[in-house]
Amino acid sequence: MFATLGDRIAYTLLGLSPDGSLGPAVQFFVMDTAKIFAMLVAVIYVMGLLRAMISPERVREYVRGKPKGLARSLAVGLGAVTPFCSCSSVPLFIGFVEAGIPLGVTFSFLIASPMINEVAVVLLVGILGWKLTALYVASGLAVAYVGGIAMERLRPERWVAGYVWQIQMGETAHPKLDNSLAGRHRYAVGEVREIVGRIWKWVLLGIGVGALFHGYVPQAWVSEYLAGGEWWSVPAAVLIGVPLYANATGVIPVAEAMLAKEVAIGTVLALMMAIAALSLPEMLILRKVLHWRALAYYAAILAGAFVLVGWGFNLLA
Amino acid sequence: MAREIKVLGSGCRNCQNTAALIEEVAAEQGVAIDLQKVEETAEIMRYGVMSTPGVVVDGEVVHAGGVPDRKSVAQWLEAAQ
Repeated sequence: MFATLGDRIAYTLLGLSPDGSLGPAVQFFVMDTAKIFAMLVAVIYVMGLLRAMISPERVREYVRGKPKGLARSLAVGLGAVTPFCSCSSVPLFIGFVEAGIPLGVTFSFLIASPMINEVAVVLLVGILGWKLTALYVASGLAVAYVGGIAMERLRPERWVAGYVWQIQMGETAHPKLDNSLAGRHRYAVGEVREIVGRIWKWVLLGIGVGALFHGYVPQAWVSEYLAGGEWWSVPAAVLIGVPLYANATGVIPVAEAMLAKEVAIGTVLALMMAIAALSLPEMLILRKVLHWRALAYYAAILAGAFVLVGWGFNLLA
Repeated sequence: MAREIKVLGSGCRNCQNTAALIEEVAAEQGVAIDLQKVEETAEIMRYGVMSTPGVVVDGEVVHAGGVPDRKSVAQWLEAAQ
């Protein structure tokens, strides 16, 4: 259905040729814009109706006071179902510290949260299939778990801004929710508006990059340099992905275009994770609570983990 | 007496939208409000709110984590009269 729409607009309406570069790029762009936004709205609405998203205040309550291993597993698992806005990462960080949650566990949460969320997972399954989704989610969870442990080894307490330890947090507020159907509907519409309003730019950007790759990167070049999982392609993908940022949904069209041209799967996964997990805006915000040294280690540990994941999958494939 | 309403948030766009929405609805309903923006992180956390924007009406947190919808705002103001 979406492919047909893309064909109609690119080839029939605009009269572009399916054999050139521009034609397929436009077709991809139209198709993915329609497909991804339709899915995004539907999925967020249903999740909102079911109230399937957990607030960070709840996560803090579940995780606090638990033994470390359990706390970390919970932080990683709940991080994957908590909608994340980098604008909240400072209060979130402080709230976790104030609750006595170990810093390593907090880092695990900060890694998992932007990388995996249930909305992106449904879209991943719909567009790239359950197999790739399972690999992405499993390696994302593993990186978050291990990445938090690695950060802890560095004794990051010394890099936390002094004022963070002073803050006293009040009783966690849980506003009463209107659980009638009308209330749920309003909440779901609000979530759609809020989340789509926040991420549409990243998604369009991702579709644009995917479209350019689809239309302009020659298949022969991909086959020669990227299809066999050449060792350097993974670190190169991570180096490109770390400074780039698109949210987890925006990464999907990029991966879609790359997989269609048979780029090695480990390379694609490494790029996806590097783009989704690390972003300059989030780093700048976290700078308010952490010394830049901690952030540099954070970025380096994650980059290293993504390279290992990419190599691992390329070897297996 | 004017009702005391606080919008908790670091000054992000959603926080400004929330404040604007509350002012608009209050004007529509003819409710006198005293609207304050709380931007200090320590102050926000004291209310137990981690996901901003949050809304406090007469000392009670009624909302957190996003721009509230118009109907909820109308209900808070109504209840506050």
